[in-house]
Amino acid sequence: METILEVKNISKSFDDIMVFENLSLTVKKGEVVVIVGPSGCGKSTFLRCINALERIQEGEIVLDGESIDPAAKNLSRIREKIGMVFQSYDLFPHLTILQNLTLAPVKIRRTNRRDAEKEALEFLDRVGLSNKKDSYPRQLSGGQKQRVAIVRALMMHPEILLLDEITAALDPEMVREVLDVVLDLAREGRTMIVVTHEMQFARAVADRMIFMDGGRIVEEGNAVEFFDAPKTDRLRKFLHSFDYERRE
Amino acid sequence: MGFEVLLKGNNVARLLGGLLAALRISLVSVVISIILGVLLGVLVTLRRPVITAIYRIYLETVRIMPQLVLLFIVFFGSTKALGLNLSAESASIIVFSFWGTAEMADLVRGSLAAIPVIQYESAASLGFDQVQTYRYIIVPQIVRRMIPLSINLITRMIKTTSLVMMIGIVEVLKVGQQIIEANRKSSPNAAFGVFATVFILYFLACFPISRFAGYLEKKWEN
Ligand SMILES: Nc1ncnc2c1ncn2[C@@H]1O[C@H](COP(=O)(O)OP(=O)(O)OP(=O)(O)O)[C@@H](O)[C@H]1O
Ligand SMILES: [Mg+2]
Repeated sequence: METILEVKNISKSFDDIMVFENLSLTVKKGEVVVIVGPSGCGKSTFLRCINALERIQEGEIVLDGESIDPAAKNLSRIREKIGMVFQSYDLFPHLTILQNLTLAPVKIRRTNRRDAEKEALEFLDRVGLSNKKDSYPRQLSGGQKQRVAIVRALMMHPEILLLDEITAALDPEMVREVLDVVLDLAREGRTMIVVTHEMQFARAVADRMIFMDGGRIVEEGNAVEFFDAPKTDRLRKFLHSFDYERRE
Repeated sequence: MGFEVLLKGNNVARLLGGLLAALRISLVSVVISIILGVLLGVLVTLRRPVITAIYRIYLETVRIMPQLVLLFIVFFGSTKALGLNLSAESASIIVFSFWGTAEMADLVRGSLAAIPVIQYESAASLGFDQVQTYRYIIVPQIVRRMIPLSINLITRMIKTTSLVMMIGIVEVLKVGQQIIEANRKSSPNAAFGVFATVFILYFLACFPISRFAGYLEKKWEN
């Protein structure tokens, strides 16, 4: 399979606090990579570096043959190829759902408005929200907002999707409806890097699991081995922290 | 009741003329305040220490100083100290703009600060460049917050024009008092009739404006 994203030995620090050093990752087209790890280990920062929202100090990030650099002249054009959904709801509050979805394609890609709306409605239908097209974000539940945010990213036809704990701020009963959309996208062959704390979901969606800790990739492998036969102590401990045992 | 004095001569026309002067002062001042306020508000957002310090002092001055004192300083002070010959209307516009600019700047600064960083970041990750982000995402959100508040400022300015009579602009209250004085003998109740009319005039000028602001605020709340 063809390589779509190559992260080569990148280092990132905030002032004098090192977040990670010499981190590398290769993602192939159609692959779903799931990253898990303790809070503060740098998962969000890693995704933000890929999207050039953070500046890296060393190394290189190459997407589809193009180097990603916050100072690049064509940064906006490269970013179109990377869809990102954040943990907090980030829809544009002054626009309706349909306008949220069509703004970027119409203004940036110069897509005909009618075509963009048609595509948006098809997507909305797929995520079960076509009746919300004229609503404003504030009228939607958290789960509905996140589904719209995913569709908004898809509207730019990205090569890769970065999802950063998109269900972490949701009430438990809404987590499912969002993760089902992600599973659906995975089945469709979308390339994704997913950061999540939902282990059952990770197991179901991942082609490859990555465990990050202390600014390094500590362990990686396919989902079955990763969860059933972790090789390192640190991963075993981490996975164990999700289990609950009844104390008699 | 004292309303009869209004029917004498051209008293109604004079009162309306006074209201017009009040509206003119408010409107010109608001336009100036919006332009200067937006500039200043954006400047302050750049977080340069010197700008921020000057801005703070300016804001505090406006808040502490009664408008009447400012009016006296500008109107009488400028004539005495600087030898300028400012008309009462220009002096009022200067003072009102000085006040309005501070309020607008603070509104702009507040609206900008209230927009979460994630709005900029999600715009960037969709592929909007900086200019497009401001044009399509940030400015529309700020304008929606600002328009009702600026309209509210207009109504407060119209109300405050009642102070302007102290420096001798022909303005609603002033005209009202002239009418009362002129009719002290014939209609001892003129005060009530005239002030009631003045109240109604101010109400008629401000009420529709503040209702419109309320309507916009409702429409754009999010
Ligand atoms: N803007 C910033 N300035 C300074 N330090 C930061 C900044 N952003 C993140 N950090 C630090 O970098 C480290 C990694 O943060 P990051 O948010 O990437 O962790 P995470 O793995 O996503 O955690 P979580 O699971 O809680 O979301 C943390 O120690 C954090 O305090
Ligand atoms: Mg995070």
